[in-house]
Amino acid sequence: MDRVPLLSLGDALLVSIQVDLDDETVLALQEDLAERIVSSGARGVVIDISGVEIVDSFIGRMFGSIAALSRVLDAETVVVGMRPAVAITLVELGLSLNGVRTALNVERGLTILRKLTAERHPRDAEDDDVAFDDHGGDGGEVMAAQPRA
Amino acid sequence: MTAADSPDELVISSGDDVVRVRQLVRNRAQAAKLSLVDQTKLVTAASELARNTLIHGGSGRVLVENLTRNGRAGVRAVFSDDGPGIPDLQLAMTDGWTSGSGLGLGLSGSKRLVDEFDIDTEVGRGTTVTVVKWTR
Repeated sequence: MDRVPLLSLGDALLVSIQVDLDDETVLALQEDLAERIVSSGARGVVIDISGVEIVDSFIGRMFGSIAALSRVLDAETVVVGMRPAVAITLVELGLSLNGVRTALNVERGLTILRKLTAERHPRDAEDDDVAFDDHGGDGGEVMAAQPRA
Repeated sequence: MTAADSPDELVISSGDDVVRVRQLVRNRAQAAKLSLVDQTKLVTAASELARNTLIHGGSGRVLVENLTRNGRAGVRAVFSDDGPGIPDLQLAMTDGWTSGSGLGLGLSGSKRLVDEFDIDTEVGRGTTVTVVKWTR
């Protein structure tokens, strides 16, 4: 079983899935993420699936569970970087990912999280409106949701 | 018949095997020159069906092969188990109906993702699901 690494990005956690997900890895990710949200006090989670070739009903359900779970722990979740073929397949499969926020790439995902957090915690946003800024400079390369050849 | 045409068989008895089934079906779909969207649909259907084989059948196997019919290439995957079988097939094929903790999209959703779908099941004997995806 592979473990998906969780990276801190300002007030957010970045989950970049680069492996072919088996069911055990999916369940381990949910547990790891819950622990990290609590221990780090993260206000948002970005799940980057630009490296994911297929999303079946089990993996799709995991996105919903993670979104619900993080909301209970006072964090919002955005799934980003879905490949076009995956999106077409998901819709035909019958999975609409209700309750899961999506964005085209990491950059847009962080923008959504910043807005959501500002709505939920207006005072924090005044104090620290760069909460989700990527301090590593231009993060454009990591964010690109390019389909691989 | 070339060597590439001989079917591959895989045992499905763990979660890792579900990942192996995806990889095998993807290789076959690429060999058949299915479009990226069709590859993704077939691999997703195979993932659903492999999980069904594991969860409902206890364990089982899949046979994957490349086909040609009327000049079109295709991929066939046959999932079989010796599990309890499906008592009410019509109900099991209904969107949203689930016998377990899933979403109830495995069978009905997989059917939508492929060109041919056949299911043969008998209580006490097991279940065999055959899917085919053709190039356009």
